[in-house]
Amino acid sequence: MIAVFFTAVLQLLLLLTVAPLVSGLIKTLKARLQVRRGPGILQPYRDLRKLFLKGMVLPDTASWIFTATPYVVFAATAIAGLMIPMISAKAPLGLFGGVLAVVYLLGLGRFFLALAGLDTGSSFGGLGSSREMTIAALAEPAMMLAVFTVAIGANSTSLSEIAKVATSTTWHFLAPSQMLAFAALFLVLIAETGRIPVDNPATHLELTMIHEAMILEYSGPYLGLIEWGASMKQLLLMTLLINAFLPFGLHSKWSLGGVLISLVYLLMKLLVLAASIVLVETTNAKMRFFRVPDLLAMAFTLAALGLISTFLF
Amino acid sequence: MGESGPFLHLALGSFLAGAIAGLGAWKRPSTARIAALGFALLGTLALAVAGGLALAFPTDVTWSLPLVTLFTCTLRLDPLSAWFILTLAILAFAVSVYSFGYLRPMERTRNLGALGFFYNCLLIGLTLVFTAADAFLFMSAWEVMAVSAFCLVAFEHEKAETRHAAVVYIIMSHAGTVMILAAFLLLAAFTSSMDFSSFHLAASELPPAEQGAVFLLFFAGFGVKAGIVPLHIWLPDAHPVAPSNVSALMSGIVIKSGIYGMARVFFDFYGPPPLWTGTVVLAVGVVTALVGVLYALQEHDLKRLLAYHSIENIGIIVMGFGAALMFRTLQHPNLAAIAMVGALFHTLNHAIFKGLLFLAAGGVVQNVGTRNMEEMGGLVRRMPGTAFFFLIGAIAISGLPPLNGFVSEWLTYQALLAGFGTTHSLTRLMFPISGALLALTAALAAACFVKAFGIPFLALPRSEAAANAQEAPLAMRAGMALLAAACLVLGLGATWVLPAFDPITQQALGVPVSPSLIAHGIALQAGSPQSGTVSTAGIALVFLVLAGTAVFLVHRRLRLVRVATGPAWDCGLPGLTADNEYTATAFSKPLRLIFSAFYRPRREIRPEYDVSPYYPSAIRFESGIEPTFEKRFYGPMKAWVFGLSRRMRAIQAGSIHAYLAYIFVTLILLLLFGVRQ
Repeated sequence: MIAVFFTAVLQLLLLLTVAPLVSGLIKTLKARLQVRRGPGILQPYRDLRKLFLKGMVLPDTASWIFTATPYVVFAATAIAGLMIPMISAKAPLGLFGGVLAVVYLLGLGRFFLALAGLDTGSSFGGLGSSREMTIAALAEPAMMLAVFTVAIGANSTSLSEIAKVATSTTWHFLAPSQMLAFAALFLVLIAETGRIPVDNPATHLELTMIHEAMILEYSGPYLGLIEWGASMKQLLLMTLLINAFLPFGLHSKWSLGGVLISLVYLLMKLLVLAASIVLVETTNAKMRFFRVPDLLAMAFTLAALGLISTFLF
Repeated sequence: MGESGPFLHLALGSFLAGAIAGLGAWKRPSTARIAALGFALLGTLALAVAGGLALAFPTDVTWSLPLVTLFTCTLRLDPLSAWFILTLAILAFAVSVYSFGYLRPMERTRNLGALGFFYNCLLIGLTLVFTAADAFLFMSAWEVMAVSAFCLVAFEHEKAETRHAAVVYIIMSHAGTVMILAAFLLLAAFTSSMDFSSFHLAASELPPAEQGAVFLLFFAGFGVKAGIVPLHIWLPDAHPVAPSNVSALMSGIVIKSGIYGMARVFFDFYGPPPLWTGTVVLAVGVVTALVGVLYALQEHDLKRLLAYHSIENIGIIVMGFGAALMFRTLQHPNLAAIAMVGALFHTLNHAIFKGLLFLAAGGVVQNVGTRNMEEMGGLVRRMPGTAFFFLIGAIAISGLPPLNGFVSEWLTYQALLAGFGTTHSLTRLMFPISGALLALTAALAAACFVKAFGIPFLALPRSEAAANAQEAPLAMRAGMALLAAACLVLGLGATWVLPAFDPITQQALGVPVSPSLIAHGIALQAGSPQSGTVSTAGIALVFLVLAGTAVFLVHRRLRLVRVATGPAWDCGLPGLTADNEYTATAFSKPLRLIFSAFYRPRREIRPEYDVSPYYPSAIRFESGIEPTFEKRFYGPMKAWVFGLSRRMRAIQAGSIHAYLAYIFVTLILLLLFGVRQ
């Protein structure tokens, strides 16, 4: 009981501190690849600090939904983060939920964000909400099917169990079903975290925004909470992808040495994954919104093929 | 039955008294309202006790109604019946509380005596449907239920829309009744008894062809009432036009009588059925869920939207049944139990959150005077209580944690996922694909409820009526609060509620479900702790701690900085009005285009000119989607039926000689074929 508490606090702190780092890493890598200097890896920390020290303006059209949303998004994302194995195959709150709970907790955060987008009455907010919910709805079946392929391999929806099976010797990452599911989940990751070619996190053109349009009216500490939540979501989806498919180096017990080694491996793998995201972002142009379903349909097809391939191999 | 019997009788007596009181106080609406609803309240309380006792002390005794002598009319309260009785009691209690406030403004304009009469008749019909233990009583109760529901749907019969909806409903309902009756007669001819106890496992002893026919007849017959696709078309017409308290009962429990019938047939009359039956039921469930949610997304009539979501949720329930049937045939009783519990728990959950949503929508519609979402807006400020309860219902129906909808969807996912390992044939691909489509359904439902809550309740009011709306009276909010509390209790307390299913699965599948469902006493599991666990109570607790800490820290910070309230930024454009807001039509437009192959949307833009064609004085815009099922399936069928009846008119020549010849020929034929033995 106490051990669970400590591991949960440890993982929460790790989630909170590493999440902005990954965002900064992606930004910097992207800038370097485009032969710019970039703002530096630590910029997201400075942004968060600035946002939390600032005052804020609440739109007079908004209701309590607008005020509650930052907290709901932050807390729901954090709980989801405690259900995935990060630095040990045993997730601190694994008993409280597995992969389905993670997906649905992220869904809860998205539900409130979309409501907050509508709440202000600004047309951009509604536009963002509508697009976000559309993309999320189309990403969901691809994500579930890919997750099912993994879960069926491990015979469990518990992420700790999946990671444990994945670290054991019977696991074959190079099995076609695993590779296809990985590819599908990677596409879903791009869509869910609002990356190019689905959404552009750096855009300043309102009409092309999706996630940014929903939170256009937020400022100060509330915006800080939402931004922090978004970077945590990105980190946890990346970690999920890493530890479900490439869990080497992940220790199965909570011990000081094991945690440290796992952490080093995790950071290295995050670096590689961030680099591949950057590569995708830099080599692609943002898609037209109505082309995004094609991308997600491709993810669904990949996942379905992965499932069918279990018959062949 | 010894303990629960008197309470069941008390409930039936109470409803009867309520119906008579409604008729008796025909001329005094206020008395009729209070008497009819008072008796309904008393009856539902007794019903809850009867259902609770029957679940707690499962005894399987039947007894006859003292009133009826001509036929043997036996009632039985076995665990399966008790579950539906309990669902009925919880929903009807809250709806009756709500009705005290909801019907009050109607006293001047409406015949509340008639409403009270049919309301109680509907409750009698439902109670008897869930407890009838022979086919004769069942069919009679089924008709009492169908006809009183028809009268309630047609309550505002001065509107043409209402009359049309009611007529379509009663026609479809009777088509279903014919199929159920045919199936019962086929079974009864085999067992030579109308008693349900003689039907137990009997259907599986029929010859294979007949077994399949009986199964399909039952499935389609009960499916009409439940609203499975393509037999659903009456549902989105009939539910919205009824008074909102009746809509809540219709969507909450009346369509569940079809689900009850399916459960009775699938798990009582049949032993393990052939595998194809399960696959058919699962596939129909998936299609029903998807079609329901897709139509709901394009619906901007608040109550019609909710009605389409009933179709979606029926689909989810039927998916659970399909999986349970397949597992039963594949010899996995534990998995079958989990799938069945998922479906039955979703039945209760849907009754509660859909009832809640209809009650809240009823408060809104009564206040704003329209069901069109585009004319609402900003109601969260004027109706804070109603808005809050609607939000609870919206979160629950979207299957988001930690409320009850999440629990039942989680169980369905887990069952589908485990299904992959139960067989090696290609059939097993059905399970994960169905699971993925369930995920699509759930995500679309969440999108739909962002719209259904966001457009009417948030932002600025879009009409005068919405700007001047008043909060619903206390009785109405109390009814909603009861159901919202039930959403919370069933969600957070799932671990403690679900063992109530033990007697049901014991009776139907021969295994208690709780050993494979409860992990470490505080979490739910699917089969074993290794296969995945979830704890809604745990999630809620951690959520409260984390959100509470964040609120504490941020608010301490906010006291030091300037927090101003100002006009929305809106990208620097001043003067935000309701005309700038995103509409429901705009919100669902991306999905309308993406699924255009399904919707076949049509739109028409007609500019009107005064002088120059370059300066239109007005532009008319119309858009809509094609009602595929009505147009491509029911339209041709209707044309065919009418054509057939026109041709049949030829034999109705009006000549007495011809008619005598018909009688003679019929007699000869009957003697030839009817008296073979």
